[in-house]
Amino acid sequence: MSAESKMKPLTRRSCLRRAAALSLVSIMPLPARATPQTMQIAMESAFGDRPITPGRVNLDLPALAEDGNSVLLGVSVDSPMTKTDYVRFVQLFSPENPLPDVARFEFFPGSGMAEVKTRIRLSADQTIVAVAGLSDDSLWSALAQIRVVEGACLDGLI
Amino acid sequence: MWKVRIAVPKTAVAGEVLTVKTLITHPMETGFRRDTSGQRIPRNILSLFECTLDEQPLFRATFHPAIAANPYLSFRLVAERSGTLTFRWEDQQGKEAKATHYLEVTR
Repeated sequence: MSAESKMKPLTRRSCLRRAAALSLVSIMPLPARATPQTMQIAMESAFGDRPITPGRVNLDLPALAEDGNSVLLGVSVDSPMTKTDYVRFVQLFSPENPLPDVARFEFFPGSGMAEVKTRIRLSADQTIVAVAGLSDDSLWSALAQIRVVEGACLDGLI
Repeated sequence: MWKVRIAVPKTAVAGEVLTVKTLITHPMETGFRRDTSGQRIPRNILSLFECTLDEQPLFRATFHPAIAANPYLSFRLVAERSGTLTFRWEDQQGKEAKATHYLEVTR
């Protein structure tokens, strides 16, 4: 019997069940990093169970950051940005930071182009997630992997 | 108080897509750090940024502690008409910083 056939598919239900079980054992005052559960909760509270399709979002991050205290991030979304077809928002998530939420950018047809650059903090190697919400209510995403040499300061936190 | 720096062109041709760059001095204290005596340093962050043209919203950002100190933003806007651009930052207590810039749009 191959290992593959033993593996259960990762469904929303199984994730939630595991999250519920884990939340009973992990009673910590403040997590030093976002756990898969807090990441899941952040994504669900933002988008519910709406489908998210990979594509249309360009997430620009260096492959390696020397200093996690300030990393330049660029994100843009392919959209004509007309009054009827535009990008409503882009939301960024960092699964390995103490909090999964990074920022949310809101656009309007007068934004001209859905393109933002900013500097973020990263406490460890991780895969940053960008989710864009369009005016037709569709959700699109992009991922970017980054290695962090010196993580953003967490002074004494476990 | 926080120091603000903004880079926007003074004039633009109608329909042109401009780049706006903003920088504000702020520690963006995460609330996860401790001082030398082991006391947790309370969170102190800017949580909102807004850019409007004569009250019409053009761009808005919500920040969490993962935004680096002295928040930098670069974003785009389309020059449709002349008017006053207002840039507004708000911290978690509702304290705000404001800057304005008159943009002249030529045809």
